[in-house]
Amino acid sequence: MLIVKNLSKIYEGGVQALYDVSFEVPKGQFLAVIGLSGSGKSTLLRCINRLIEPTAGKIIWDGVDITAATQDEMRYIRRKIGMVFQHFNLVLRSKVITNVLAGRLGYVNPAWSLINRFSKEDIQMAMKQLERVGIADKANHRADELSGGQQQRVGIARAMMQQPEMILADEPVASLDPVLAHSIMQYLENINKEDGVTVLCSLHFLDLVHRYADRVIALNEGRLVFDGLPEEINDQKFKEIYGKDAERVG
Amino acid sequence: MFTNKKYRAILRSIGVGLAVLFALVVYAYGFQVTKVNLEETRSPRRQEQLVRILRALARPDIFTYDKIEVRVEQPIMVPCPAEGFVPPSVDPDEPYLVVEPSCAAPGETVTISGFNFEPNTRGPIAFIPPSEVTLQLGTMEVDANGQFRVEVKLPKRSEEVVQYIRATTRENVGPPKLTKTALDTWEKIVETIFLALLATTIGTILGVPLSFFAAKNIMRDVKSPLISIALNILSIPVAILIGINITKVINDLTTRFVFSGWGELVGFILGPLLFVLVFRWAVPAVEDQSPTLGLRVARVASLLLSSTLLVTSLKFLSNLTIRAGDFLMPRLGGWSFIGKFVRDLGDILGMLLVVLVAAAIAGIFSNIADRIGKKIAYKLPVIPAKVITMVITTTAFASLLILIMAGINWFYQLNNPVVLYWYPGGIGALLGLATSIKLAPKDDLPVGIVIYYVSRTIWNGLRSIEALVWVIVFVVWVGIGPFAGVLALSLHTIAALTKLYSEQVESIMPGPLEAITATGANRLQTIVYAVIPQIIPPYISFTMYRWDINVRMSTIIGFAGGGGIGFLLYQNINLLNYRAASAQMLAIAIVVAAMDYLSSKMREKFV
Repeated sequence: MLIVKNLSKIYEGGVQALYDVSFEVPKGQFLAVIGLSGSGKSTLLRCINRLIEPTAGKIIWDGVDITAATQDEMRYIRRKIGMVFQHFNLVLRSKVITNVLAGRLGYVNPAWSLINRFSKEDIQMAMKQLERVGIADKANHRADELSGGQQQRVGIARAMMQQPEMILADEPVASLDPVLAHSIMQYLENINKEDGVTVLCSLHFLDLVHRYADRVIALNEGRLVFDGLPEEINDQKFKEIYGKDAERVG
Repeated sequence: MFTNKKYRAILRSIGVGLAVLFALVVYAYGFQVTKVNLEETRSPRRQEQLVRILRALARPDIFTYDKIEVRVEQPIMVPCPAEGFVPPSVDPDEPYLVVEPSCAAPGETVTISGFNFEPNTRGPIAFIPPSEVTLQLGTMEVDANGQFRVEVKLPKRSEEVVQYIRATTRENVGPPKLTKTALDTWEKIVETIFLALLATTIGTILGVPLSFFAAKNIMRDVKSPLISIALNILSIPVAILIGINITKVINDLTTRFVFSGWGELVGFILGPLLFVLVFRWAVPAVEDQSPTLGLRVARVASLLLSSTLLVTSLKFLSNLTIRAGDFLMPRLGGWSFIGKFVRDLGDILGMLLVVLVAAAIAGIFSNIADRIGKKIAYKLPVIPAKVITMVITTTAFASLLILIMAGINWFYQLNNPVVLYWYPGGIGALLGLATSIKLAPKDDLPVGIVIYYVSRTIWNGLRSIEALVWVIVFVVWVGIGPFAGVLALSLHTIAALTKLYSEQVESIMPGPLEAITATGANRLQTIVYAVIPQIIPPYISFTMYRWDINVRMSTIIGFAGGGGIGFLLYQNINLLNYRAASAQMLAIAIVVAAMDYLSSKMREKFV
């Protein structure tokens, strides 16, 4: 269970990205986060694993107060939270397998990982994750030789190496074409349904939301404006979320 | 009445006029202070000198020939005998002279023509009386066809017998040979290239790790509570002292029990093996729950013991390498410099050992201090945390200021205990007390940014002083020669590369950094997995570029006694030996151009 209580974020320079956002996510749910660009979706997701420090409010996950954790404790919290990014965020000059193994960094002993030593089990696990997303044959290619869709699959494999209990996906399909988008979303769905991993996924397209999400929250200029089931988003709700001039596509 | 627009136009014109006037004054003053002297540039004496130097520079002293003297003689009668004089016939294929008239009274003028001489040479024309003394009459200049024609006045030497006119030229024989200047230049330019190579290597080795401390995006997030900082201030000097002493003890022990080479070899092999075994046990690959206190203590103790062993075996390695070098040196003949290099490597390892041990222990202590500090700050209730912070911060700040004062004292030799201990101690204690009272124990202070600014300042300072100036300091330390040049260039290279590298670190893509942090990686892991792969190409490129610069710098570093070709160049310029200087300039130009080409090729390949 993830509980977000009165979360606010004010960036240096005074821009307020989140206003007093509160919601709860039960374990194993697929939660979609929607809203316009700049509505605070990315900030919200990054506050949950404290890549961005929240200004106020609390985030409690399985009884642990994430916002109160020290940097050392964050290591143990973060390794249970996988993250998938819009721009994949792979280390392009490293091999695919190295990128995937990087997902284990929270578990392995730092001293060994610094000289690029991973245990046999970790390497086998990395190959298994690559097989699961269907690109085991690319393991020894450099990451920049892969197409966008393949790179995002590496990103998912990396997140899965953390054996996560929650995945934060920040617009995982926004830089991919619609066909690839579905294949990536299916991997996330798969992980959610089969492994019981909680997924928080920010999305742009409502049809993806209808197709994959159990529940939706919507942000508008940093405020939570909707919290409910995907089918509850009618035309009126849509206008509240996206503004009066928006038109529905898809 | 002016309209607003017109008024503005006039104002603008006045502005432009004033700006032009101002520029005029600025440039006039520039002419004045730089002593522009057009009169000198036109003076014939100066122009003559310029021409002389330019001509000398255009003929670098590189090639020379073996020369032979060619003497061509032609008989002449002075004065004319009664029966007249017919000179003997000449071989028209050999160089020969024609004297007209073939006999003449003393002091008369005759015309001497030469044929078949080496074209474009010059030499003396002499009159040889029977006594074989040489009376120089004049000089001839052979034209491109191998001919010349001069008029000379005969000396007043009347003889009954035949006397001779002699033309002497020097001819090149054999293939061209390198001059001594060329050989010296070659030797020095090789020295220059290696000087640059060594300086670049040293600069790179030190610049890479240092650059991370000067990168804002890495250091920005390094934050610690006050107590951690204070504990660090207290523990790092102690750690360094311990490191120095441990190395000293190990050095003493290894020299007291004189080991044979074989004993050292066994020690060198066993030490690291044991270390790896212990390390594997003490630092498991994955650990899910924290170990018990007893296990922890056992681990730390065994790690310490095995680390000492590792250091000892490194010392053995250093001794072994020195031995190997000593063994090789007399046996390699012309290659004995390799033996010396091996020996020097051993020596360097021995010298570095103390630094490495001190740094390692300082690192460990700092890590422990940080952990303890954070425990105190975050886990203890506010009141005890505050009290402990106050006590430790006060002590730490006092010690820090005393240490800084000790450094100042080293330079200025104040040697006054009141100034040395009581003032800085007191001020430090007050500062520490004030900060610890003002801040809450949990407040995270931006240590990273402070380190960032301090290291930036230091490197900017070092960089602003040219290597040419540093040479002077190093010449005093290690004597005139290329080694001083290497040290000076290295220092400047570290400063310059640290800046260039750190800017590369600052401009990496933040995405991967974010992604690796999100996996739970610690800071060091983040650097190894997200930062280093991104900065390798620019690092290589900048290192090449710096080598290029160092080659150029090392050509002038000799001006101040830093060895390399600059030394030779400077000498020859001072001796007005422009042809030799020209050879050295040519060598520099060739090497710099070649380096430029090579480095751009290699950069293309790696980036």
